[in-house]
Amino acid sequence: MTPEPLLQIRDLHASFVSYRGLARVLNGVNLTVGRGEKVGLVGETGCGKSLTMRAVLGLLQPPRARVRGEIWFAGRNLLALPSRELEQIRGREIAMIFQDPMAALNPVFTIGDQLLDVIARHPKGRPSATEAWERALAILREVALSDPERVMRAYPVQLSGGMRQRVLIAMALVNEPALVIADEPGTALDVTIQEQILLLMRSLVDAKGLSVLLITHNLGVVRALTDRVYVMYAGSIAETAPTADLFRTPKHPYTQGLLASVPKLSGEGVPRGIEGMIPDYLAPPPGCRFAPRCPFAQPRCQQPPPWVTVDTDHQVACVLYDAAPAPRLP
Amino acid sequence: MNAVAVAPAREHLRRTWYAFSRNGGSVVGLGIVVAIVLLTTFAPWLTPFPRHARAFTDFEHAGLPPGRPYALGTDTIGRDIFTRVVFGYRFSLLLGVVVLTAAVPTGVLLGLLAGYYRGWPETVIMRITDIFLSIPPLALALAIMAVLQPNLQNAMLAVSAMWWPWYTRLVYGLVSSLRTEGYVQAAQIVGASPAHILLREILPNCLPAVLTKMTLDMAFVILIGSSLSFLGLGVQPPDPDLGTMVADGAKYMPDLWWISVFPGLAILVIVLGFSLLGDGLRDVFGVEV
Amino acid sequence: MRYSTFLIQRVLLSVLVLLGLSILIFVIARVIPGDPARIALGPLASRSQIEALRAQMHLDEPLYAQYAYYLAGLLRGDFGESLYTHRAVAIDLRDLFPATLELVFYSGLLMVVIGVPLGIVAAVWRDRWVDHTVRLVSLAGVVTPAFVWAIVLMLVFAYALGVLPVAGRLSPGLVPPSAATGTVTLDALLAGNLRAYLDFLRHLILPSVSLSLAGVAQAARLTRASMVDVAGRPYIEAARAFGISESRIALKYMLKPSMIPTVTILGLDFAALLGNAFLVESVFAWPGIARYGVEVILRKDLNAIVAVVMIMGLFFVVINFCIDMLVGYLDPRIRLRQMEDAA
Repeated sequence: MTPEPLLQIRDLHASFVSYRGLARVLNGVNLTVGRGEKVGLVGETGCGKSLTMRAVLGLLQPPRARVRGEIWFAGRNLLALPSRELEQIRGREIAMIFQDPMAALNPVFTIGDQLLDVIARHPKGRPSATEAWERALAILREVALSDPERVMRAYPVQLSGGMRQRVLIAMALVNEPALVIADEPGTALDVTIQEQILLLMRSLVDAKGLSVLLITHNLGVVRALTDRVYVMYAGSIAETAPTADLFRTPKHPYTQGLLASVPKLSGEGVPRGIEGMIPDYLAPPPGCRFAPRCPFAQPRCQQPPPWVTVDTDHQVACVLYDAAPAPRLP
Repeated sequence: MNAVAVAPAREHLRRTWYAFSRNGGSVVGLGIVVAIVLLTTFAPWLTPFPRHARAFTDFEHAGLPPGRPYALGTDTIGRDIFTRVVFGYRFSLLLGVVVLTAAVPTGVLLGLLAGYYRGWPETVIMRITDIFLSIPPLALALAIMAVLQPNLQNAMLAVSAMWWPWYTRLVYGLVSSLRTEGYVQAAQIVGASPAHILLREILPNCLPAVLTKMTLDMAFVILIGSSLSFLGLGVQPPDPDLGTMVADGAKYMPDLWWISVFPGLAILVIVLGFSLLGDGLRDVFGVEV
Repeated sequence: MRYSTFLIQRVLLSVLVLLGLSILIFVIARVIPGDPARIALGPLASRSQIEALRAQMHLDEPLYAQYAYYLAGLLRGDFGESLYTHRAVAIDLRDLFPATLELVFYSGLLMVVIGVPLGIVAAVWRDRWVDHTVRLVSLAGVVTPAFVWAIVLMLVFAYALGVLPVAGRLSPGLVPPSAATGTVTLDALLAGNLRAYLDFLRHLILPSVSLSLAGVAQAARLTRASMVDVAGRPYIEAARAFGISESRIALKYMLKPSMIPTVTILGLDFAALLGNAFLVESVFAWPGIARYGVEVILRKDLNAIVAVVMIMGLFFVVINFCIDMLVGYLDPRIRLRQMEDAA
């Protein structure tokens, strides 16, 4: 019996008005994050994963963005909440770790200034000045920043990329959120630093029992850090499975293509890419948006694909697995 | 599904015009500028009393309020204000064109040299530019005007002298960031001459910012020019100039208000036109000036 | 390198600029045709008088010696005598400069106190009617020259409506400012003379509004543009994601970064007020240095011209210096780079 999920995105649609017309990007996204679960959201650049994340936090601003659907969090539909209540949730119950730490920190204020502003919003009430300062130093130590006093007094430009990313993590975790959304953490950093950051995140998340929604295009990160994965393509979910299962038996042709395009250390075979490009959101294909690139496309793919359960906790949005007695695998 | 690439230059132009025309203000600005240019080019044929633009007196019809046939009234010696305003625009445009023709190439060239050749050319050029920029522009212009005869040529000289440093600084900043671009380094490796690199690779990329600034500067030069004329330091009578007309009419306020007000509004219109146009260009090109 | 060293460097650079300006004026003044002594004495002077004046003005000595005398005179505060007022130029300056300074200061105050909040309001309620109104009005303000505003405002308020005085700084009969500071603000308030101060304010309104209108409009446009630009930056979205309230975002996280480009240009606009003061003082007969400057330029009164130009230069240099300091304070990146460059 699965307990009630922490976050549940139901049938999320999002379109944007551009000077050339309406870009229908998110096309019915369904996603769930359970309590204490670490969920990955994978997809190539432009598939809409960042948008999904922003929708959760209510950062998509009308009138240019039109959002439809439901996002349930702790018993409330976030899309129906007035902005003042959303403000209460952001930074407290749901926190975000941003991709580019230099861009996410305000360059004209010290780290301490910005961190203290976040600490002031703790759900249990605004702490006293000394208490806030202590808490700030404590969280900075937790993200493995030595000499936290110096960091507090520094401006973002005076810190290294890795240190800035740690500060962002600290700012996300300091108010003890229930859900952490991490947007491509560490991609703006050197690979070695990125690894340190990811390991840090994993240890903190495990220690505090947080739920995580990890958004990335990097399959290696997903494999290392998540319990379950959603594969996203062109605005909707193609496949979801526990991480190990997904890598062992990918079902959706897109997932298979993705995994095949990653070079393996064992050196076997040349990685193959996927032909074609992501669709133009101004004139997206009807039905399955991957069909134009899919080697198994059929006339049935002109209809919206069915959502089929192929295994425990493993679902695919593909006609290949629908109702037919034996799924046809390549 | 993906837009087929049309002839790239035409597509680029179309896209630029699309972005430009979305901003109502820019289109209005363009319209004003085009209208004024046409009006001034064909002034002798479009104005009712072209002779009034030169030495002319008609005391019988002096000091008449707006009406027929003098659309904007006449001044104290009987000249039609409307005609003189249109011919006054000629001087405004002339001032702008001459100043920019003198100042822009100088400033741009110096900026290119300073930004491309590091070391002492850069230091010398930029220090001089800094000093010129530190000198209050009006002080410089007034000082020059003070010793020379107050007339249009000297006004143009004075304004040009204080204008070029802005272009040097703008281009210097652009070139400094552009010289590390891939295509510049590629040209250097291939052995292209510095002249080629500066003129064919770097300069075209500076043009949007320079053109935008030139448009905005037209507005500003006209403003300064009319201010100098207002003080008596620019265009001299009997030549029509908007600033001089405002100054002449100021004595007769408030009774003969039209002698000052209409030239004043005319200044507003032309400056508005160039400002809107320049703002539109700035939005379209996405540059900072 | 330490910030104080950087400061000293900037001061030295400013001094260098002033020196350069003085040389420039000197060169220009020597370029004019004609004999300065003869011009000074007028057409009826006798040969011996001219010779005497020439000797006194060191006109027969080599150029660099003349410059040395000239510079020494400047530093002493001796600018010679004015052909226009027949008094020592230094005295003219002392009498007239405070009035202009006052006018410019109040106009600058208007720029900041009215312009910047208007810009913030327009940016926060972007694309609503408030924004459109502010943008339209500021556009009109920026494109209209100060003297046109001066004349229009005078026409409407002083003549048509008759609510405000037409010209001058104080109504006749009221005690003029003492020699203490030369400014009505400080003198009247120090003396407790509220009536004079209020009368001064009445006289001040039209000139300072005309003078500052372009600056107010520019301040509003710049602030708005800056804030709109900053609003799109990732760190603002990040602040929102951390749950910082909208008002705090607008007034703290957006405002400070927005002010950086704005302050530089506003500072230049403030310095430019002095230039436009020439126009406004002429229209409103405000007894300041700018109107004096126009008169002496038209009369080719060299001594006075030199003094006016140098004073303007000094004002400009001081303002520029303050701008640099202010920008360094606002943006730590610039402050750090300033210190690096100076090293």
